[in-house]
Amino acid sequence: MPLFVRPIVAVGRGTLASIVAVGKAGYLAVDAIHALKQVQLWGPHLLVQMTRIGVESVPIALFIAMFTGIVLALQASYTFTGAVPLYFVGVLVGKTMVLELGPVLTGLALSGRVGANIAAEIGTMRVTEQIDALEALAYDPVAYLVVPRVLAGAIMFPVVVILANAVGIAAGWATSLVLLDMSSPAFMRGLRLFFEPFDVQFSMIKSVTFGLTVTAVGSSFGFHTRGGAEGVGRAATGAVVISSMIILVLDAFWAAVLL
Amino acid sequence: MSIEIVNVHKAFGENEVLKGFTLTIPVGQTTSIIGGSGSGKSVALKHIIGLIRPDVGDVWVDGDNVSRLDQNSVYALRRKVGYVFQFAALFDSMTVADNVGMGLKRIPDLAEGWIRDRVAECLHLVDMDGFGDRYPSELSGGQKKRAGLARAIATEPTYLLYDEPTTGLDPVTRAVIDDLIVRMAEELGVTGVVITHDMTSAFRISDRVAMLYDGRIRLEGTPAEMRQTEDPIVKGFIEGRPELLESAT
Repeated sequence: MPLFVRPIVAVGRGTLASIVAVGKAGYLAVDAIHALKQVQLWGPHLLVQMTRIGVESVPIALFIAMFTGIVLALQASYTFTGAVPLYFVGVLVGKTMVLELGPVLTGLALSGRVGANIAAEIGTMRVTEQIDALEALAYDPVAYLVVPRVLAGAIMFPVVVILANAVGIAAGWATSLVLLDMSSPAFMRGLRLFFEPFDVQFSMIKSVTFGLTVTAVGSSFGFHTRGGAEGVGRAATGAVVISSMIILVLDAFWAAVLL
Repeated sequence: MSIEIVNVHKAFGENEVLKGFTLTIPVGQTTSIIGGSGSGKSVALKHIIGLIRPDVGDVWVDGDNVSRLDQNSVYALRRKVGYVFQFAALFDSMTVADNVGMGLKRIPDLAEGWIRDRVAECLHLVDMDGFGDRYPSELSGGQKKRAGLARAIATEPTYLLYDEPTTGLDPVTRAVIDDLIVRMAEELGVTGVVITHDMTSAFRISDRVAMLYDGRIRLEGTPAEMRQTEDPIVKGFIEGRPELLESAT
């Protein structure tokens, strides 16, 4: 194969692999919808998964949001000084956190924390025949393993994102007070200036779809794991890469459709 | 009431694993399917409970064609077939008792107390009294296999399928597992299907032995008949003589 063709082939293979991965996740999502009626299998695990996927993700999400809020306030001040009234710092921090960085950064961070965890856990169950054992004991593994995780993702991602938005804005406000010599009323004036209740709905819609994506893609990679430890590692990596890509595509999609 | 596997073909991509696999499992007996590593023994066994579906051919269990059943019927069938996995496949997030009780929890209207008693009874049957509260990571290889067997017999199955039950065990533990398989057949009256490449074990526990070679059954008979065969492939495998296998291929 000529040397200059190799990068093109590699890109083609990568694209095909991504499309296949998305297709598999889609099929699994359809199976999960069918498995919803088996409440007795997924119901008892929903709360546990909501804790693992949602509550345990709060610290990392808030950590990221806090520093994002600080940086947003500082960069806004740097950009606006001398050109735009400083209370616009509040506009930029509020709008950017709620519309974009709160959901997207949380989604990307949780694709690593949650998506990789789900892929590794289910993938290990696959390669150690625990999923076959579930089937042999007359359990539908999609209802038992996938549905509670995907539902927990859809329910808990918006909750985590709301908290992240709040902490990001609070961090921006504190930064404005301490480092930018702004007053609280000035920051709040900016925060309220272009605020629309729809902004919060937009943030929630995005985070629900991010939650579905991260958990469905993680489950799919876990479910289709082949080989031993190496296969589990590949599944975890693949889950993070593909769910991150889908999150960014969805981010652009929702902006184009809803804004 | 029996298991019949008829002309099953199964390929994974280019790799054709089963090429017309046909075998009838006699009721009330233990049949061992022997064959080399990668010969398709596990694939054949998984066809019996519908974990794998054939590309061509049929698998009949008690008159039901497993390959044509819908998912709910397959689950109903699996309640009368216990499966002992090669590495036990215990759920590592659960205790041994929870593992053993998993199949029972799928049966409607069973009281918690009854399930608890049945779990204790099954653990007693495999000589694992007092191990119920342990996690799989706290068990040895032999104990895991016994716990896997306890889980498989909990639903009082008609059939027990064993996937390499003695692989990776020391000789003493292997003998213990062999004795358990014989006891399960005698005390519970189950029909057993064992896949193994451990010839000592196969001859000790089996009423019949069938050799899988090149995707189909090469020879089938009682242990005595298998020992006396002059078929170089079967003889070479049983006696561990690669030169016989090489001369025949």
